[in-house]
Amino acid sequence: MRLMEADWTLPQPGWGALAVWRRNLRVWRKLIGPAVVLNFGEPTLYLLGLGFGLGAFIDTMSGMPYLAFLASGIIASSAMTTASFEGTYSVFTRMDVQRTYDAMLATPLTLDDILAGEMLWCATKAGFSAAAILAVAALLGVTGGWEALWALPVAFLIGLCFGGLALVVSAVSSNYDFFNYYFVLAVTPMLILCGVFYPIEGLPPAMQAAIQVLPLTHAVALARPLVAGLPVTDVALHVAVLVLYAGAGFYLALALARRRLLV
Amino acid sequence: MTPIVSAAGLVKHYGGFTAVDGVSFDIAPGRCVGVLGPNGAGKTTTLRMILGMTPMTAGSLSVFGLPMPAAGRAIRRRIGVVPQADNLDPDFRVDENLEVHASYFGIDAATARARVPELLAFASLTERRHARTDTLSGGMKRRLTIARALINAPDLVMLDEPTTGLDPQARHVIWSRLSALRARGTTLLLTTHYMEEAERLCDELMIMDHGRILDRGSPRELIQRHVEPEVIEVRAGDTRRFAALAERHGCRLEAQGDSLYCYGHESAPLLDFLQQDPALVYLHRPAGLEDVFLRITGRDLRD
Ligand SMILES: Nc1ncnc2c1ncn2[C@@H]1O[C@H](COP(=O)(O)OP(=O)(O)O)[C@@H](O)[C@H]1O
Ligand SMILES: [Mg+2]
Repeated sequence: MRLMEADWTLPQPGWGALAVWRRNLRVWRKLIGPAVVLNFGEPTLYLLGLGFGLGAFIDTMSGMPYLAFLASGIIASSAMTTASFEGTYSVFTRMDVQRTYDAMLATPLTLDDILAGEMLWCATKAGFSAAAILAVAALLGVTGGWEALWALPVAFLIGLCFGGLALVVSAVSSNYDFFNYYFVLAVTPMLILCGVFYPIEGLPPAMQAAIQVLPLTHAVALARPLVAGLPVTDVALHVAVLVLYAGAGFYLALALARRRLLV
Repeated sequence: MTPIVSAAGLVKHYGGFTAVDGVSFDIAPGRCVGVLGPNGAGKTTTLRMILGMTPMTAGSLSVFGLPMPAAGRAIRRRIGVVPQADNLDPDFRVDENLEVHASYFGIDAATARARVPELLAFASLTERRHARTDTLSGGMKRRLTIARALINAPDLVMLDEPTTGLDPQARHVIWSRLSALRARGTTLLLTTHYMEEAERLCDELMIMDHGRILDRGSPRELIQRHVEPEVIEVRAGDTRRFAALAERHGCRLEAQGDSLYCYGHESAPLLDFLQQDPALVYLHRPAGLEDVFLRITGRDLRD
């Protein structure tokens, strides 16, 4: 990869990003049935299955009922996977297979607008999925109170973070198969290692230190206490890590997409 | 009057390969200009540079008097594009395609919805307005793409091979729509390798090959400048005696496969000769753009 040859002009997204966001929302509304089934169905299965199944053996974890522990973790991980799928499979379809970006680039929209719109959309879908899980968790009576709603903007931020990273992957992919690498080597390890299903304090110290560089660790650290109604620590650090990943991902994805499309 | 497009010394390199090799041209308002060239001539690359979708390696370009790429957004706001490969949005129905495209121009939803019926009528797609785009025929897709290119009431419409791959009926419909646009005073820039299309639609032609503009003029001027007025194509029979006679008459001869092309001014004596030999199958016709094109760009295959 000759990265230096890419166009590293600073991103200048404009209002056009919202047109791209609205386009995606309009498509999503057409398919709202399956989308809602997916958003509610999957986390409900996880919560009921794992929550009650494992919860029968585990009384509390990190000072909260296991169901609350799991629900708060899944809000973060589901924001991650939702944004990651949207930013890879769906974005790649529009960028490459359907040539949607080609049509957009012949209008006043710039690639900066398009990728910003896509990233906002990834975050919005992450927010939708978090809202669905939060609703299920509230029905099961495991949320702390109204402060749990803070999980929604946090899920949006998690969506920006993983949306940005997924855009990078899309910008360098030649086909859908390439995404397997990203999911197997990045998304799934985070899902397993970053404290979604168990507290990271149980991991060996070296591993605990290593996973501090992974964004999902910080996503979980923010979402869990907010959902469970406990005090949040190191807010600035966690937010900063997510913002940094989001910003760096967007910039890198933009430079790579410019090299790919504006030739 | 400021030209709609003014290009000076446009160059595009891909690695060591030169796709566009220093082209300069102006396009006056209200004209229909055709770029005629074989595959790989650099037509699409030139259009993409005008849109700012391909960064130029060298040269300067102004569109509507605005500099490209600095004023890219403002320039594209006033251009309609029909790309070489269809890129309609398969996630939307026919009418939605127009509405969504309008939103990329910042046109509000109510204004867009008000424009859609007229554009659908122009494209003869009113009945199919709720159809999915993947159920449309090739000709319908092209018409929808042309309608989409008009959603922003553009001052310049660029069409990249608008009728390639269409059947004759579909092609004629597109031609009539483009003529209607021309009559409204919209400036058109189109690429094609169909001579008939170029001859019917364009006021001016640029013949392009290997990234260069080889000549420019109206179809009639180009024919007068480059080829003799009459052509006799001899398609079968023993052409040796005919060739000798034609040469004595000062004709220019070109062989292609079994055919012999004879370009000249006074064909009557040659036709007398051909009529005496029933084994000779021939066609006598006035010279056209195709002859110009082949003369200038050669008869070699391109892909
Ligand atoms: N992205 C690209 N990378 C490398 N070569 C390209 C690229 N795009 C076009 N070319 C080459 O540039 C030349 C001109 O292409 P193009 O402008 O598409 O020609 P035309 O539209 O006249 O058929 C062709 O030889 C083509 O292969
Ligand atoms: Mg082309």
